[in-house]
Amino acid sequence: MTDPILRIENVSKRFTRMPGLAERLVGKVTGGGKPVVVHALSDVSLNVAPGEVVGIVGESGCGKSTLGRVVTGIYAPSDGRVTLHGKPIARERGGNIDKLTTQVQMIHQDPFASLNPRMKVGETLAEGPRHHCIIPAGEVRARMRELLEKVGLEGAYADRLPHQFSGGQRQRVAIARALAMEPDLLVLDEAVASLDVSIQAQVLNLFMDLRRDLGLTALFISHDLSVVRHVCDRVAIMYLGRLVELAPADQLYAEPKHPYTSALFASVPTVGTGRRVFEAIKGEIPSPINPPSGCAFHPRCPLAGPRCRVEVPRLTDAGPARTVACHLNDGGVGLQDAAA
Amino acid sequence: MTDTLTPESNVTAVPAAPPAETRVMRLRNFWSDYRQSWVAIAALIVIVALVLGAFFAPFLVPQDPYDLAKLDWLDAFLPPGTEGSGGYAHVLGTDNAGRDMLSAIFYGLRTSFVIGISAGALALAVGITVGLTAAYFGGRIEALLMRIVDLQLSMPAILLALVMVAMLGQGIPQIIFALVVAQYAYFARTTHGAASVERRKDYIEAARSTPLPTWRVMFKHLLPNVLPPLIVVATVQVASAISLEATLSFLGVGLPLTEPSLGTLISNGFKYIHAGRYWLSIYPGIFLMITVVAINLVGDQVRNVLDPRNSR
Amino acid sequence: MTAALEVKGLTTRFDTRGGAVTAVNDVSFTVEKGRILGLVGESGSGKSVTGFSIMGLIDAPGEVRAGQVLVDGSDLRGLSDEDMRKMRGSKVAMVFQDPMMTLNPVLRVGDQMAMAVRVHRKMSKNAALEEARKALETVGIPSPAERLKAYPHQLSGGMRQRVAIAMALLHSPSVIIADEATTALDVSIQGQILAEVRELADNTGAAIVWITHDLAVVSSLADDICVMYAGRIVERGTAAQVIGQPRHPYTKGLLESIPALHEPGTPLPQIPGSTPQLSRLPQGCPFRPRCPRATEICAKTPPEDTVDGQTVLCHHPLERS
Repeated sequence: MTDPILRIENVSKRFTRMPGLAERLVGKVTGGGKPVVVHALSDVSLNVAPGEVVGIVGESGCGKSTLGRVVTGIYAPSDGRVTLHGKPIARERGGNIDKLTTQVQMIHQDPFASLNPRMKVGETLAEGPRHHCIIPAGEVRARMRELLEKVGLEGAYADRLPHQFSGGQRQRVAIARALAMEPDLLVLDEAVASLDVSIQAQVLNLFMDLRRDLGLTALFISHDLSVVRHVCDRVAIMYLGRLVELAPADQLYAEPKHPYTSALFASVPTVGTGRRVFEAIKGEIPSPINPPSGCAFHPRCPLAGPRCRVEVPRLTDAGPARTVACHLNDGGVGLQDAAA
Repeated sequence: MTDTLTPESNVTAVPAAPPAETRVMRLRNFWSDYRQSWVAIAALIVIVALVLGAFFAPFLVPQDPYDLAKLDWLDAFLPPGTEGSGGYAHVLGTDNAGRDMLSAIFYGLRTSFVIGISAGALALAVGITVGLTAAYFGGRIEALLMRIVDLQLSMPAILLALVMVAMLGQGIPQIIFALVVAQYAYFARTTHGAASVERRKDYIEAARSTPLPTWRVMFKHLLPNVLPPLIVVATVQVASAISLEATLSFLGVGLPLTEPSLGTLISNGFKYIHAGRYWLSIYPGIFLMITVVAINLVGDQVRNVLDPRNSR
Repeated sequence: MTAALEVKGLTTRFDTRGGAVTAVNDVSFTVEKGRILGLVGESGSGKSVTGFSIMGLIDAPGEVRAGQVLVDGSDLRGLSDEDMRKMRGSKVAMVFQDPMMTLNPVLRVGDQMAMAVRVHRKMSKNAALEEARKALETVGIPSPAERLKAYPHQLSGGMRQRVAIAMALLHSPSVIIADEATTALDVSIQGQILAEVRELADNTGAAIVWITHDLAVVSSLADDICVMYAGRIVERGTAAQVIGQPRHPYTKGLLESIPALHEPGTPLPQIPGSTPQLSRLPQGCPFRPRCPRATEICAKTPPEDTVDGQTVLCHHPLERS
């Protein structure tokens, strides 16, 4: 196997919100007012090989967007490290912009928010490459037209403002902006989630075409299991800041090994005729401020045993190229359930 | 067979977007919304007339009120409409030194506009920088800057201006400086409010993660998107700078009578108002009021037009 | 038997700077008691405006120009504002995508639910709270008595949406309109709520109009489906008909563009172009520029409903196989 482009090693990310002065004063009386710590990511490790598209799937609060932002360099990890080509990703250290971060580019969810409404599309595309001298100054305009055409727009659109485009067209512009930097890694954060069904198919096709033509490497963050299955080689399932299962897409969908993965598959509505009974996962998604002890999924897991409440399951091998973090795969959930 | 949609008929088939909206078109739209109110139109005409009148005053009015050699003591306290030694009618009368009031008012208006506009522009620049810096960097910088701004906003602007003038002395540059100190906080607050909202939007994150340098993100991406509310505040603040200056001059700490502003004229005439020489104070007062009200009316209409809730 | 909800020829227009825009154009459908109608469409298709029009919630510059909205046989259109306000909440109720459209952030859940009960019925506060508790129980909220004392911000997004649904249920309305009610929720929570909505329709006999862009949701939830495009219903039939054998090229295009139905990595069949702006609709059939079956007639004459098992608004509907 070739060396991975991206290595995410034991990354944790905590957000601490310090209480304001007033809250601290009130806290003196009521006993509150302590800093609130959100465990957005806990001990996540993942490698991405060149040319590979890895899907990151999970529900809200699972940390998938935070992971994307750590990889992009927007957030610095609290623990662990992220390396691209062996060099750590960091941004703006001591006022100098590290050249490295131009190599990771992000595509956001909402194309209505991710383009500067008062900047012409051509300028939006050209800004980054011009500033970092990625394209010789004389060729910028020609290259931008070429890029617009590559994402299925007309070169003449360069002089328009974002509000003159439809959602799908804007997302094409956002993709062109990312590609303009000639990145080694793309991070797509729910990039098709806010698009209409018919437009979503167009953008997914564009992504697959570009991937084939340019050999893109990407992290594809999404909550949509069917979209991820369609475009990803490997899929990582996350729950409450932890990676719970990682497997090649075909294997994962054929045979999920983590109870959360199976439950997730069961609760997704699919297109088909006739009424279906939803096999819903019971209970609420716990808060990442105060995650459950042991395995974070145990309060909702139909197979949980005593061990799950105490011990955090490690990621262990479960077949070739597959890992899963569940005690079921690692010696069982405990001998007997203590009386509830 | 055409039953199935073919994947080949794809990416190129994006329909053309509407023609590019130019700056001219946006201005035209702005104007067609603005002229919905005849009051706002009238106010705009008044302002344009006053500004033109003030800046071309030397060519329009009969006398240069700064030239003490042209003043004749014999012409003092002539009521409106009387002809003086210059051989022309003093439409608005003369003051205690024999100055033609109409001339003095237009020269005074010029001083008022120069002070109001330059103080407004400088306060805008300072306020934008403070507000943007606070909103962009957040954390301690934001807390520090915005607490200073809040502290200032909790004091009346006139008090701050008085303290500044007392420290700096009289003269146009000193007055402008005092007004900037007294007024930048309004701009800083407004900028900070709008910029904190924009700061969280994805396009800022996209620009930051490209990565682009901080100054570029702040001034090329953040600033253009917080400008509309600032335009409104700026118009209103110009009016308020003009009346602040007039107040300072009226209180006798603003401009000297040798380079009179409207405030100085009102203050000067105030001494004689009980002697029935009303025109010394009343006419400059009316011009000041018209100016301030007209600017505020224009500002109101600009706000109405720019408010996205009012656009259809 | 009269249907719980019958919409006939509903037309809603908005006057904008660019001219009049018909957001809902001659929309008709029927929902029987205890059935769920899925109203599907992309953004700008007019599905939400249809919901708002039924509820009488269209404000200027919009206006319902024509049509009837019959609830249990009586027409809601032409009611005075006062009478309409009485109908809303008692006979017809709405659930929004954002539950905070319904919930007041500064009141406890129980207080605002009791208030909503007592608007339409005379009873003591305690009796009203008991009604509220029962409603929360119906939508599967654990320990409902405690939730009554909570403020909306103390509840999770899924919980809030359930409270909003419970509020809609308070007066056992004949018709419930849900506009993208589960779109903002996580799949596992959406699954729970969909299961409860299904049960609700079966048990209470309420007629439910479920407005969404998600074909997968309606195909598993709804009994009947209406597909909307550019303000019109282009296809209408039972879920089995519309999903199993779509007759309108648009419906078929939508269904085919769903990734789950294709081999991973293969190009997805896609509808070319983008959803049209209502102010610049083409002549004839609005779907023509994107339609693979379009012929000359489609450019000239707007199509009319053809009824053949399901109703299709198309000159060239797909054959039944």
